[in-house]
Amino acid sequence: MTKKHFEKIKPYIWLASFAVFSVGSFWLGFDPGKTIYQSFTKSFIEMITFIPFLFIIVGLFDVWFPKEKIEKHIGKDSGIKGILMVVILAIFQAGPLYGAFPVAHILYKKGASIKNIFIYLGAFSTLKIPMLGIEIGYLGLKFTLARTLVALPLFIAIGYFMEWYLKNRNFKVNEV
Amino acid sequence: MNNALIFISFSVFTSLVSFLLDKQKTILGFKKGFKMFKNIVVPFLNILILVSLLLFIVPPQMIVKYLGAGSGAIGFAIAAVVGSITLIPGFISYPIASGLLKQGASYSTVAVFMTTLMMVGVVTLPLEIKYFGRRVAILRNLLNLFVAIIIGILIGIIL
Repeated sequence: MTKKHFEKIKPYIWLASFAVFSVGSFWLGFDPGKTIYQSFTKSFIEMITFIPFLFIIVGLFDVWFPKEKIEKHIGKDSGIKGILMVVILAIFQAGPLYGAFPVAHILYKKGASIKNIFIYLGAFSTLKIPMLGIEIGYLGLKFTLARTLVALPLFIAIGYFMEWYLKNRNFKVNEV
Repeated sequence: MNNALIFISFSVFTSLVSFLLDKQKTILGFKKGFKMFKNIVVPFLNILILVSLLLFIVPPQMIVKYLGAGSGAIGFAIAAVVGSITLIPGFISYPIASGLLKQGASYSTVAVFMTTLMMVGVVTLPLEIKYFGRRVAILRNLLNLFVAIIIGILIGIIL
């Protein structure tokens, strides 16, 4: 097998081993394997209920909003209004942080500033409204409010830092 | 589940509006979205497998035991490390956090645990590197870890 072939099948090795492991566990009655499989199905259901829809939104966003328009609002010279817009965009989304990376790529493609891309990631990870609802339910309003108000200025600061650090370093967000 | 439903309804509604406005554009958007989804679905599944393994090795009861009452600075540090490495889905992490508070864990430990879970991801780092490159991905995670620790400390002072 050549190296090129190996690179091609590499991502599937994990998946295939896990499938074999799970089938084997149920067949032989290996309890830890069953537990791991059940935990996997739970996470899988969580993922499959929003990820495909996230990509529908990302795809539609890509065709409907031309670069020039987006750039004007959240690009290099967008200021406070730009920050506000990416925060609002982020808090209406759902899912774990890795779901935000493809959106970051689209924002980059549409000319968003470095600062706003990282502020988007920060708001996505800590301020999503669906998640805040659950957080209030489990941990209380006081905790949620305190955590949110402390986090907001800090990840805006991360945005400014990243922009300062990456300004002349050829920053890009790849398409995966 | 409810949140997923809201999100799904929103996507379906948006697609419908888009379709009525411009059929061609909508199909193009779907194609683009599908292409991105296709490229990422295997890495996503691999992350989920890894997370399930980690949750088996470090079960929620064990996390509660080590981060509960009187765990102090060591509990805070463990919370930051465990939170940074793993990616625990919301439906598991919130019950854990609430259990931690009931067991007498401090607010700062719970805050640093939740914040690192959300903002720092060692498990997802390989995927993040594909998007941002090695240097930026590592820098982002380190900065977020630092910020999460500050958030934890500040929450401890406020609450």
